[in-house]
Order: sequence, then C-alpha cells, then structure tokens
Amino acid sequence: MDKSELLELKKTACQVRLWTVEGVFNAKSGHPGGSLSAADIMTYLYFKAMNVNPKDPKNPDRDRFVLSKGHCCPALYAALALKGYFPTEEIKILRHIGAMLQGHPDMKGTPGVDMSSGSLGQGISAACGMALAGKLSGKDYRVYAMLGDGECEEGQVWEAAMFAAHNQLDNLTVFVDFNGLQIDGNVADVAGLSELDKKFASFGFEVITIDGHDFEQIEAAVNQAKAVKGKPTVIIANTIKGKGVSYMENQVGWHGKAPNAEQYQAAMDELNEQLKALEA
Amino acid sequence: MAESKKIATRESFGQALCELAKEHDNIVVLDADLAAATKTDIFKKAYPDRFFDCGIAEGNMIGVAAGLAAAGMVPFAASFAMFATGRAYEQIRNSVGYPHLNVKIAGSHAGISVGEDGATHQCCEDLALMRTIPGMVILNPADHYEMIEATKAAYAYEGPVYIRLGRLAIDTFNDPDNYSFEIGKGITLEEGSDVTVIATGLVVYEALKAVRALKAQGKSVRLINMHTIKPIDKDIIIKAAKETGKIITVEEHNIVGGLGEAVAAVTAENCPVPVYRVGVEDIFGHSGPAVGLLAEFGLDAAGLEKKIAELMEK
Repeated sequence: MDKSELLELKKTACQVRLWTVEGVFNAKSGHPGGSLSAADIMTYLYFKAMNVNPKDPKNPDRDRFVLSKGHCCPALYAALALKGYFPTEEIKILRHIGAMLQGHPDMKGTPGVDMSSGSLGQGISAACGMALAGKLSGKDYRVYAMLGDGECEEGQVWEAAMFAAHNQLDNLTVFVDFNGLQIDGNVADVAGLSELDKKFASFGFEVITIDGHDFEQIEAAVNQAKAVKGKPTVIIANTIKGKGVSYMENQVGWHGKAPNAEQYQAAMDELNEQLKALEA
Repeated sequence: MAESKKIATRESFGQALCELAKEHDNIVVLDADLAAATKTDIFKKAYPDRFFDCGIAEGNMIGVAAGLAAAGMVPFAASFAMFATGRAYEQIRNSVGYPHLNVKIAGSHAGISVGEDGATHQCCEDLALMRTIPGMVILNPADHYEMIEATKAAYAYEGPVYIRLGRLAIDTFNDPDNYSFEIGKGITLEEGSDVTVIATGLVVYEALKAVRALKAQGKSVRLINMHTIKPIDKDIIIKAAKETGKIITVEEHNIVGGLGEAVAAVTAENCPVPVYRVGVEDIFGHSGPAVGLLAEFGLDAAGLEKKIAELMEK
C-alpha cells in the first residue's frame, strides 16, 4: 500500500466516522461505539478489498460482507453511501419512520446490504452459507463477516465456526472487532473470552491478530487470508470502542447511546479536525 | 380410493427431493444429524455432493440455509419439527423470515405420533410457531402423493416454506391420477351439509374414515383436507361456514395456535359459526406406540367418529 492510498483510506474512514455520528445523532438512538471501532475495517473492505460494484449490487459474482454485529450498521451505511450505493442524505433519516435505513441491516430494503442481521450470532452462519454456495457453484468470490467480541459469547458463533472449518471454507474471512466492551461492561468481566485466538485455532481456523485501526495490518491480514487453503481465517482485530471521538473512546456508555446536540458538535468538530489534518 | 401401501411422509419427502434434484442443480439439502430419521439420507445417497450434515446445531443450519439462499441456492433444511422450529425459531424468524429468503424447512417427527420417544420429541407447537412469522408458507401434507406434490410446490414457490413430515407410516389415500396440489387451496374430500370437518396432515385419513362411517349412518358431513395452514384457504372455510353452519377442526397439534385457531379466525371475521377444535388439548404427550397414542388422544378414526358425532349434537 503506497502512501497516497493509505492517506485516501484514512480520509475515507474519517468520512465514515463523520456520517456514523451524523446518522446516530439524527436518529437519536443507535450504536456509535462499535460502529466507530469497526469503521477502519469496513472502509478497507469496501474501498480496497472487495470486488463490488454499487451500480450492480446483486451481481452473483461479487464479494459479500455480512455484518454479524448488525447493530454497528451506522458505519456500514456510511461506507455503502460513500461508495455510491445510495445518497448520504439517507443517513440523516436513519431509523426514522418510512426510512430505507433500518435500525439493523435489512437486505431487502437497502442496496449493498448482503444479509439482514442484528440478532447476534446469526450473521456468521449466513456467511458460511454464502461461502458454501460459492464453492458449490464454482464461483471465486470471497465472503467477509464481522463479529463483535461480545457476540462470540453466542453459541451459534461456535456452531458456525465448526461448520466453516469442517467444510474447509477457505473463501471465508471472519473479522472479530475486539474492542473489549459490551453493554454490561468489559467483555472480560461479563463472560470472558480468554484466549479467543486459541479458541478459533482449535476450531480449525487460521488465526491472525492485528491492530484493527492500522490499514497496513488490515491489508496484510486480508491478503494472508486469501492465500490460506483448506480452512477459514479469522482476523482478530484489536480496536478501540468509539475510536476517533475522544470522549467516546473506551467508554462502555457509548455502546448504544446517541450524542446530544453539544456532544454531536464536539464529535463532528473533532472528526473534521482529523480530516483537515489528513488533507493538509 | 387407493389403499395400496403405507408410507411415512418423511420417506415421501426424501424421494421427492431426489426427483427434484434430477432437474434442478441448485437444490442443497442440510440436516442436523438426523438424516436417517428425516429421510434426507435418501437424497444423501443419491447426491452426496449436495448434502451437508451440519451436526447437532440447528440454529447454525438455518443460518447456513439462509446464506445459501441469499447466494441463489434452494436449500432444504431438515430436522425433527421440535428442533427445526423450536430450537431454531429465532433463526428462522430473523435470518429467513425477515429477509424472506428462499429457504425450505422440513420438520419431521411432528405430533404425538413420534411415539415412544415421548414429550420432549413430540412437537405439537410447530404450526403455531411458524404461523407467527410473516410471509411463511406452511404445508402439512396428508399422505405420500400429497407430500411429493407439496415438496415440488415448495421448490417452485419463491420464499420461505415450512413442511411438516410425519414419522408414522400411514395409508396412501389420494389417487395420483386425480390429484393436484396448489398452495393455499384446500381439498374437499367428502361433500355434506350439516357440519364441516377440516383436517390437516397425518390425521386426515383418520378423519376420512370417521366421516365415511358417519355418512353410512345417514349423517351429512363435509370433509376438507387443509394441507396448507398458511396462507389458509379462506374461501373454502367461509363457504363451509355458510353452507354447513358448524365446523370441527382436526389436527395432530396443540389446539392452541394451530389449524383450529387459523380456521376460527377466518370464521370470526367473515361468517361467525361455532368452531370446535379437536387436537392435542394443551397438554404434553408421553411415551407409547404411535397408533396407541393417537387412539388415546382421540385422533384415530374411532375416536374422531365419536367426537364428531358428539359435537354435531351440541
């Protein structure tokens, strides 16, 4: 990745964060913390890794992305809108009555959303099905899924992990957005996911651990996953919940709460500062 | 009436999958370690490359089916009705129903006729659970030929379908030369004007024998085979309500949430008449031979004959 490309990705990620905050503020509800922690990975996927075309969102040969942690859709919607799937104006009425953008992803109503999700643990199974369909139909698309770390407490995640490894779904790359926080507190205190890497490894996954805010590490991991044969890959991405908005960072209270007008302005100012710095 | 052979509808389902797969290479069959029981093993033997055992993990199986469908395949996911619709209810609701994906779910060993395995496996709630999901089509075929045609219709229909399969080998009463299946269209098996019996699934044939016995005694009883629970055939129900003034429903399912309540909702809103629900009366089943249990629960021909006669006098 050259410097200009890296800079572009950083700027796009900043835009994704701006629109994430915009969406959650206008909705007066939603999940900013985990959206901001996942923003860099989603930016990389939609603006670098994935073979997708916003003008042909249902192309059967496209790569797929399943946001298993569906509550973090504000960042997904921002990435999709900036990519050109729909106007960014839609984000301003996210979660409103009659709006296209639902509180959790709706594949029927939203161009670019590959799977309806939001009930935790289910998206990764659907991603397995898509990967299996790719194998059966001889297509070489890749399927990306993103889990939350708290989501890994769901038993279905491990049912899916067994299925993916057993069926050698090497066209499946699963990200875990490991921001360490869930609604009730630290993931480590709520249920504990000690040695998540070893859990996935023992289930038969290739395991890569990265800094989920470092585009070069994200790229290296995505490319490494593509080269793995005979088994799926999990990329455990260490992230900061609320990343980019300093007062939200690592604060569990910002899991599922919208900023008030003052907080909104502070967040937008800070993100615009970051964008300005990148553009300078 | 052809009483040629007894065959369980699960067996017919397995055969139908193979017939469909001959012509359609987008069919994928999933099971959750019960292929020998749900009879998807018939498909597994014929098309091993398109069969995937998901292990004892029904929630994931439904999710995988959703993903397959989202990518253009037509998955049939099978397990016991209890686990397919009970354990995986929320996966069906959110990953299949909400996105209206083209997933076919087969619930075998439905009702008390599971027999010896007892209450934990005797699912009398599957129709109720599936009825609550918007856009779900629910099929409950009554014999071999109906199951073959229902499975084909489920494939042809674009959207989620739940198909109920029975464990017990039952008589084949439909005449394949004079039979056609259409989703949402009940079939009148006997004409009559004093009461209408509306039955579904495995107990249709029991109801047929009971109605014929009553007719031989001079009673005028209409019998409808309601193979589709959702969308329910409103026209045939309203017509029956108007013409016979009284309806008795018969199902191997809890009387809460099943055929009876689906029929009662139609009559209540369109043509209020008494609707009596015959089925499993909001209790759990228990172990025993299937045929004995059906008799104990009053769902065999003799029990139904008595019950219908009784209700006709009410």
